[in-house]
Amino acid sequence: MSDGIRKEPVPQESEAARAQQQEEDIRVREAIKTAELENVREHHRQAKAPLVRMVKRDDISRKKAVVIRLAAVVCALVTGGLLILALGHNPISVYAEMVVGSLGSTTVLQETIRNAIPLLITSMAVSLAFRMRFWNIGAEGQILAGAVAASYVALFLSESLGHVPSLLIMAVVAVVAGGLYGMIPAVFRAKWNTNETLFTLMLNYIALCFVKYLQNGPWRDPALNGFPKIAMFGSEARLPKLFGVNIGWIIALVLVVLVSIYLTRTKQGYEISVVGESSNTARYAGINVTKVMLRTMFISGALAGLVGFIQVSGADFTLSENTTGGVGFTAITVAWMSKLNPPVMLIVAFFIAMLTKGAGRIQTAFKIPASAANVLIGIILFFLLGCEFFINYKLVWRKKQTAGAPPKETAKEAVNNG
Amino acid sequence: MDSVINLVNAAVLAGTPLLFGTLGEILTEKSGNLNLGVEGMMFMGAVSGLWAAVFYESIAATVSGVLAAIFAVIGSFLFGALGALIYSFLTVTLRANQNVTGLTLTIFGTGIANFLGEILAQNMGGYARVTTVTQGAFANLNIPGLSDLPVVGKLLFSYNFVVYLGIVIALVMWWFFKKTRVGLNLRAVGESPATADSAGINVTLYKYLATCIGGGICGIGGMYVSMVTTNGVWVYNCVSGLGWIAVALVIFVAWKPALGILGALVFGGLSVLRMYVPLGIPMEIYEMVPYVATVIVLIVTSIRQSKENSQPKSCGLNYFREER
Repeated sequence: MSDGIRKEPVPQESEAARAQQQEEDIRVREAIKTAELENVREHHRQAKAPLVRMVKRDDISRKKAVVIRLAAVVCALVTGGLLILALGHNPISVYAEMVVGSLGSTTVLQETIRNAIPLLITSMAVSLAFRMRFWNIGAEGQILAGAVAASYVALFLSESLGHVPSLLIMAVVAVVAGGLYGMIPAVFRAKWNTNETLFTLMLNYIALCFVKYLQNGPWRDPALNGFPKIAMFGSEARLPKLFGVNIGWIIALVLVVLVSIYLTRTKQGYEISVVGESSNTARYAGINVTKVMLRTMFISGALAGLVGFIQVSGADFTLSENTTGGVGFTAITVAWMSKLNPPVMLIVAFFIAMLTKGAGRIQTAFKIPASAANVLIGIILFFLLGCEFFINYKLVWRKKQTAGAPPKETAKEAVNNG
Repeated sequence: MDSVINLVNAAVLAGTPLLFGTLGEILTEKSGNLNLGVEGMMFMGAVSGLWAAVFYESIAATVSGVLAAIFAVIGSFLFGALGALIYSFLTVTLRANQNVTGLTLTIFGTGIANFLGEILAQNMGGYARVTTVTQGAFANLNIPGLSDLPVVGKLLFSYNFVVYLGIVIALVMWWFFKKTRVGLNLRAVGESPATADSAGINVTLYKYLATCIGGGICGIGGMYVSMVTTNGVWVYNCVSGLGWIAVALVIFVAWKPALGILGALVFGGLSVLRMYVPLGIPMEIYEMVPYVATVIVLIVTSIRQSKENSQPKSCGLNYFREER
């Protein structure tokens, strides 16, 4: 910019004049610099200040965070209500029907609890992996692996084993099968950093195809005249009931306590968190990342395998391609809504089970498709994901411009004054 | 020979939805967004494409197949893009975790598609389907002179228009990434958003646009399923896993759109192989083939990782200007 000023022909009359000219030059340049700086500042003050800024906050109270999350759930339910309204139904009566349909009588309450059991255990299973930043979305497959193993015992061995031993053996083989199936992607992830999200997902489809194969082929019940179904389990292979629901609910409650302790009070649980934060940090701290990854995925898969056992022995009494019923996917949302925290999962899993059960009710009562449950779950999770932002960040709005900003000095004026 | 031609022909038809899903996800990932919601967006496109065609049929005095097809394509593009918009808003503006947001989009998209599909079926008396005129618009083309050529006619000139649309999009995308300034800018955003930002590129705008257009392309892939694969009839859970295979295909074709054509062809072939190459193994085991192949692809690509053919560097990470 100063080039323009220097370009003026300078008369070469005397040394004094030249010195004066140089001095003048310097002054002009400085004046321009100050003016420019002032201009930039002014620019920042007025035009470029963003309407709203985000500032990280680390001081939010627990209570406030909970309030924000609850507000998000309410917003989600209102959004879902608008959808129901668009279909021409009264949202309040539809929601009320959902509550009645899932809690209204002992029978439906028992069913809701029965649906909550696999959801709760599976969400604990996936949250173990999630805490390690290992995206295990293969719970469906791991549940099926456990279910297949347990069904083998139930179909071919339980009669000679007796009730309690056969149930115990079913549980053990299911846990081992689920765990091993979960470990496969972990091996490749640990060794070659293979994408575990897609790997675990593909294993779901592979397991499902295998179950279909068993159902249509070697395990098909010959008594059904070619109808592709696996025989119902004998009474030796069925879980006993307590208060009208299979004892899976006791297993689930015990697991909530055990998994909580494991995650927060043991060295292994701590190692999972460290690996999740940064595997490099973990390595520097002397943690064997590969070992932690394999072990955790075994436990994660094992819990899912246990769900497979509970489903076939406590709910369906047989194995079919519908054994999981999408639990593996819904559990991911439950785990995330609970912030990977097992006691919270207890509440969330029950809430989601209510939603799913209630959605079945509104299908018969209002002819609203039962898929509404998944839509609602999706909306709730969208809002919860979005609301985290308002927990982590504070919005700072642009302040109103104060009147009477200092008068600007242009470069020319500055020169004249000097 | 005939059976090989038939297999390739069927592979192209089966691979096209995969091609769209792959292309959409490549565009998305090039902006640094790892959107795992492809399956959801394809579902959304599947139901909205069908819905748009049915809607057009209900308002048109005389149904024109071409217009119905245009409605279906635009409808599916917009609804797929809407899914991607939700994703972008959550991850780019509200900085939510990309993995979880993508999974949620899949759950939401699957749910809303089955939901709307059933509502549409209820409205149409239990069964959602388009008229035969619209079905005709999605039938295989008969190009005079070309389609009748021996071998070549069946291999190259006998598909429905969506197949050619997919190939055109793939080639345009290749040109866009390689030869245009905007494409180069987009790649910069995906590789290093901070650098792109300091070079004056509007990172937020690029991410939003790439993700939404990518979602729209995925949506068209879904529409292919509901309009071509199922012949214009709503089938519950019709997309069932194609979106996930597409996500894996992106890795397989190393983020190269033109290579996507080949990848989709191979995986399309694997999914129809059981009908053309009897191996004497049970059908259900044969059904596993595409999934097993995907796993093998994942493993092989991870073992031979190269700098050239790898994911855009910032993929999966949100960009916070204030925290760079």
